[in-house]
Amino acid sequence: MAKRTVVPFGPQHPVLPEPIHLDLVLEDERVVEVIPSIGFIHRGLEKLCEIREYPEMVYIAERICGICSFIHGQTYCQAVEGVMKIDVPERALFLRTIWAEMSRIHSHLLWLGLFADGFGFESLFMHSWRVREKLLDIVEETTGGRVIFGTAKVGGVRKDIDNLTLNRIKGELKNIEKQCRELTSVFEKDDSVKRRTKGVGILKKEDAVALGAVGPTLRASDVEWDARKLGYAAYSKVDWQIVVEKDGDCYSRCIVRCKELYQSFNIIYQCIEKIPDGPIDVKVTGSPNGEYFARTEQPRGEVIHYVKANGTKNLARFRVRTPTFANIAPLVKMLEGCELADVPVIVLSIDPCISCTER
Amino acid sequence: MIHIEEQTYEIIDKSQLIEKVTQKKKDGCRLVQISCTPLENNLEITYTFDKDYKCSHLRLSILQEDACLPSISGVYLAAFAYENELHDLFGIKVTDLAIDFKGNFYKLSVKAPFSPKTQNKVEQ
Amino acid sequence: MSIMKITKVVLRSVLSRPATRLYPFVKRPFFKNTRGHISIDIEKCIFCGICQKKCPSDAILVTKASKEWQIDRLKCISCSACVEACPKKCLSMENEYSSAVIKKDDVDKFKQKEKPTEEINQQ
Repeated sequence: MAKRTVVPFGPQHPVLPEPIHLDLVLEDERVVEVIPSIGFIHRGLEKLCEIREYPEMVYIAERICGICSFIHGQTYCQAVEGVMKIDVPERALFLRTIWAEMSRIHSHLLWLGLFADGFGFESLFMHSWRVREKLLDIVEETTGGRVIFGTAKVGGVRKDIDNLTLNRIKGELKNIEKQCRELTSVFEKDDSVKRRTKGVGILKKEDAVALGAVGPTLRASDVEWDARKLGYAAYSKVDWQIVVEKDGDCYSRCIVRCKELYQSFNIIYQCIEKIPDGPIDVKVTGSPNGEYFARTEQPRGEVIHYVKANGTKNLARFRVRTPTFANIAPLVKMLEGCELADVPVIVLSIDPCISCTER
Repeated sequence: MIHIEEQTYEIIDKSQLIEKVTQKKKDGCRLVQISCTPLENNLEITYTFDKDYKCSHLRLSILQEDACLPSISGVYLAAFAYENELHDLFGIKVTDLAIDFKGNFYKLSVKAPFSPKTQNKVEQ
Repeated sequence: MSIMKITKVVLRSVLSRPATRLYPFVKRPFFKNTRGHISIDIEKCIFCGICQKKCPSDAILVTKASKEWQIDRLKCISCSACVEACPKKCLSMENEYSSAVIKKDDVDKFKQKEKPTEEINQQ
């Protein structure tokens, strides 16, 4: 029988953007078993609902994660609006959609850079992040902040974008899209990328559904499921298709995210054309009473915000179930049977956002 | 225009849990999440399932003094992460877990910080 | 066998000017909407304390008796909730980030000037 060794991976590792600890049980160079362990940045944010009133919890919800910050804020607002049955104006819904899709593009560009860094392609990492800088300039111009947008509010949005700025942004986005096409053609066609990622970390369709995978991890295993089809915000008014790939390996997950980039650009152009005029928020008074589960699609998968209110200004319970938490079980399955050098590539391919996982 | 999803809540008893969950698996639902709300006298656990974009919840209530649950990781293996979190944050004992971390899933300095038994109020 | 797909991008970045700025010689221009730091027009302030209640990180302290308004720059998260809540509109969000400090307990204090006594006697 071959000798077994236990190698600790993380929490500090050059390839990991955030701390997760995996104990890898190896037999010669193959991984036989994986034992995950989290909790290095648990901040207990859900407990803050005891002292912060419900309009102020938006600031906390936004700061759960830096990469997916706007969509956390938007989902929290949707949860409270679902409890209080608030009618958000149309223009606010379209603006939320535009910012959510910009958040998705910036997250996917960030991930493409990290993924290239994961198998050693440093210059591709630098170029992806150079293109992302231009997008962050647009975000800063419209919202005021590069990372934390700060525009979600219960009842609408806090800032408006006038139509002149929207048309100018459309031109700048077309420029960014052209540069993205050059980058994604490298990811799709370059031989060195294919050799490190094809056939690595395969997740079959039955396993993906049984283990509760979400997001691009699920869509790369031939399952057509996207939370945006539920029709919240302005997604029911624009025309878009779900991106699905068949193979279930790291290469498919990369291709799914590349194609979602262009889908997001398309959604933003359609929103800019169809956005109606009108107010951007409604006044919200009173206290919520009841409970609601709000579901939206983050760049990493489906996120759920559960809000339970008891008639006072403080919420009784605020719970967040983030996509990376749901992807831990498929990750454990994917890592079994792979070689030690493939572990960083597989861990990065599910797009781990550990600060979301632990809140 | 208000967008509210229709979600169904079903209140069940602890003894019916495994039977109902197996029924959901046979229907083809996937497990979405398991969450716990500490109320004044009891803990309320909600299991969420999803099929074809429709959300359905199973809800059960257990007393704080007798906080223990049977595990559903025999039916849905993905539940091990949520049940370990329930144990680490709320102090609920879950029996027959497929992968049991015995309290080491979350590295915490205070045991069961979210449970109402620990006098752990947030300070201003 | 397709390697060197990235040649076009690399050649273009070699032959054109660099993508980075030579900071601190070239400073980055901030946008009009950037949330930098809070500033107050202290003469208009009525010391009602609404900004202190609305602040989510408790960075503002208002003392009506001594007519002082102070803000802890390290606690402020630049969310502009106080700017929206102020009834006299004396708070505004500047678009430059606040500079670095060397001590953690420094606060920025603003005090309203005393009105001269002749004016009060005349009214």
